[in-house]
Amino acid sequence: MNAAVFVAGMGVISGIGNNVPENLAALAGSQAGMGDIRYLRTNHRGLLPAAEVKLSNTELAKLSGFPHTTSRNVMLSMIAAKEAWDNAGISDIPALRTGFVSATTIGGMDKTENFFTDFLPDHSKGKLRDMVYHECSNITTAVAEKLGIRHHVSTISTACSSSANAIMYGARLIKHNVLDAVIAGGTDALTRFTLNGFNTLMIVDEQYCKPFDENRKGLNLGEGAGYVVLVSERVASALKKTPYCSLSGYCNFNDAYHQTASSPDGDGPYGAMAGALTMSGLQPPDIDYINLHGTGTQNNDSSEGAAIKRLFDPHYPKMSSTKSFTGHTLGASAGIEAVFSTLAIRDGIVYPNLRLQTPIAEFPFVPETTFSRHPEIRHVLSNSFGFGGNCSSLIFSKL
Amino acid sequence: MKAYIRSAVSISPQKTFAAAPFLNEVAAYHTTRLSCIEPDYNEAIGAKLIRRMSRIIKMSVASALACLKDAGLSQPGAIITGTAYGCLEDTGTFLTSMVEFGEEPISPVAFVQSTHNTIGAQIALLLKCSCYNNTFVSGGASFENAVIDGMMLLNEGYSNVLVGGMDEITDMSYAILSRSGLYKRSPLSNLDLFKTNSKGTIAGEGAAFFTLANAASQNDLAGVDAVSTFYKPKDIAETVAHIKSFLTAQAISGSDINLLITGKNGDEKGDEIYEYLQQSLFEAAPAITYKNLCGEYPTSSAFALWMGANIISNNNIPALFGLKSNPENKINKVLIYNHYNNIHHSLILISSC
Repeated sequence: MNAAVFVAGMGVISGIGNNVPENLAALAGSQAGMGDIRYLRTNHRGLLPAAEVKLSNTELAKLSGFPHTTSRNVMLSMIAAKEAWDNAGISDIPALRTGFVSATTIGGMDKTENFFTDFLPDHSKGKLRDMVYHECSNITTAVAEKLGIRHHVSTISTACSSSANAIMYGARLIKHNVLDAVIAGGTDALTRFTLNGFNTLMIVDEQYCKPFDENRKGLNLGEGAGYVVLVSERVASALKKTPYCSLSGYCNFNDAYHQTASSPDGDGPYGAMAGALTMSGLQPPDIDYINLHGTGTQNNDSSEGAAIKRLFDPHYPKMSSTKSFTGHTLGASAGIEAVFSTLAIRDGIVYPNLRLQTPIAEFPFVPETTFSRHPEIRHVLSNSFGFGGNCSSLIFSKL
Repeated sequence: MKAYIRSAVSISPQKTFAAAPFLNEVAAYHTTRLSCIEPDYNEAIGAKLIRRMSRIIKMSVASALACLKDAGLSQPGAIITGTAYGCLEDTGTFLTSMVEFGEEPISPVAFVQSTHNTIGAQIALLLKCSCYNNTFVSGGASFENAVIDGMMLLNEGYSNVLVGGMDEITDMSYAILSRSGLYKRSPLSNLDLFKTNSKGTIAGEGAAFFTLANAASQNDLAGVDAVSTFYKPKDIAETVAHIKSFLTAQAISGSDINLLITGKNGDEKGDEIYEYLQQSLFEAAPAITYKNLCGEYPTSSAFALWMGANIISNNNIPALFGLKSNPENKINKVLIYNHYNNIHHSLILISSC
C-alpha cells in the first residue's frame, strides 16, 4: 500500500503559456498573465483583470482537435492532458491499465450561461448542445475518449482544492493496484458564473493581485489546466527516462470552520501540511520550497501564513504564490502548481511571488521576490485550499 | 477487503426514511417525475441550521446525520459524497440572478452553495469534523467512485467512512433533460414503467448514505465485497466480459448470485442489456428492479445499495417486487448492475455477513 508513485509526465496551459516550456519561460522572466479580459464576454471587461489563456475558442479548437463550439473547459483540459500524456512517453508500453482523473469546479458553465440567456424567459428555448457539457464529468469523458483512455475515468470537485484531490485519488488507484498509470490534475475555464460569484463575495482585486502582501486586496481569476502523469514503480522502471520526481506525501484535511472562510489560526492548512509531511516521513526543515495556495485574499493568506508559522517556525523554506502569475485557476490550480512543483525539482528553481512590496507584518517570513536557481530542490510542498474547508497538500520529492 | 455496512439511510420518492418498515408499501405516482418524500427537517437537522440549506443539502445532511446515528458514531473517519449534478437549485438561482440583473452585484449565498462539495462540507461543518473529505462528480459513476474511495481508505487503515450518493431534480433540470429526450413523453404510473415498450424513462432523485467499516460487528446490514465501473462498452460482449472478470476476481460465477438488482429504467433500448444478462449469465438468479421506485438519476445506484443491504439484512424480498417466491436459500450474494445512459456502467457486489 505504501508503494512509491512517480511523476513521469506533465502538461499545462495557463494565462502565462500554452505548454510547459512557455509557462517555464514566463516564470523565469517574471511575466504575469493578468490583463484586461479579452475572450470572456462580460460586463466586467476593462474593470476586473483576469489571467485568461491567450487564445480564442477558434484557436483552442485548432490546438485541441475539438470543434470551436465545444466548452472552452474541454479544450483547455485536452491540450494540457495531451501534453502530459505525450511527455510521459508511456503509450508504447503494452497492456497498461490507464486512468484519467480530472477535476473541475465549473464543468461546461461557459456554455450553460449562454444557454440560460435564451432559456430563462422561455424553457423551450436555448440550444441544447450548449448543455451537453454542463455536467462536470462530461468535460472529463470528452477528453478521455479523445485520448483513448477507458480503464478508469473519474471527476472530482472540491472547490479550489479539486485537482490536489484528483492527484491523490490517482496516486491511490495506483497504490491499490487498480491502475498502472494515470493522468491526474484539473481544468477550469474563466466564466461569468465564477467571476461574478467571487466578485459578489468582494474578494476580487481590481488591480493585479498581491499575494502575501500586507496591502493585498483579493484574488484575480485565471483559467487553464494542469496535469501530471503518475506511474507505478513497475512502469517507472520500464521508462526510457528517469521520472521527474515522486509524489511522496499528501493529505486531505477539513478546516470545518466556515463554508467559505478559513480559520484564523489555519487549522485546516496546518492539518493538511502536517499530514503530508507525516506521510512522506519528512520533517519541516526538509522542505526546500512551498508553492503557496496564496490567493491574495486577506483571509486565505493570513490563515495559510498562520499555519506555516505554526509548522515551520523558525526554519522557513523558500516560498511563493505562483497565482501572482496565473491568477487563481480554481479547480485547475493544484494541477498547474503540481507541474510548477515538478519543474522546481527538475530544474532546481524557485519562482518569485510577484508584486510583493510590503510583507505581512505579523509573519516572520517573506516569500521570494526573485526567480532563483539552486544546486538542488529536494522536496516541494504544494498547498490548495477551497470553499467548504477542503484543504489538501501534496509533497513532491527528488529521486 | 470487504467493507461492512454498519448503517444505511435513504430519502427517496418512497417511504424510506426514519423508522419506516422496509418497503412494505409502494408509493405510486402518475407522472414522469418522481420527487422525494421528505422528512421534517426541523426534527432531522434543526430549525436554525436548515434556514439557508437548499433541498438537496437538507435531504443529504438529514440522511448523513441519521446514518451516523444508526451506526452509533459521533464522527466518521471520512466523508465522501458522489453527485453528478451537485447543488442544482443554488446553481440555477445564481445563474438566474446573474442573467436577470445583468452581472450587477447580487447575493453570493447561492454561488457559495452551488459548489459540488457543499454537501460534504456542510456535514463536516455540522460535526466539526476535520477528517478526509472528498466529492466525486463522475456522472453515472459518482456514487461508485465515492464507495471505491471509501473502501480504499478502509484498506489504508481507516476504521469507518461515511459515503453518500445524491442528486436532485429541479424544474429547470427537468425541463432541460426532458428536451434532451431522457424521459417518456406522457405521464404514466411508475408501477407500469416496464409495460410501455417505448423510449425514455422517468425522472427521479434521492439521497442515500452509508457507514462502511473495516471490521465486522453484530449490527452490520451486509458487506460490500467489490465495486467496479466501466465506461462506454463497445458492445454486449465487452459488457459480459467485464462482468465475468469481475465475478472471477471474487471467485464466484453468475450462478452464485442469489439476487440480481438491475438498473432497468423502462427505456426499451437501454434495457436490452439487462434482459440479455437475465437470460444468459444470470439465468438462475431472481431479478428485481428499483427505478420504478425511485426514478432515474445518475446516483440511483445508492438507492439500489440501500435496497440490497436491507434485503440481505432481512433475508427477505418484499412483496412489492412481485417475485413468485423468495429464494429458497439464504440470500447471500446480491449483485447490483446499473448503467446510466449506456455511458457509465457499474457493478456492486454485496453479501451477507
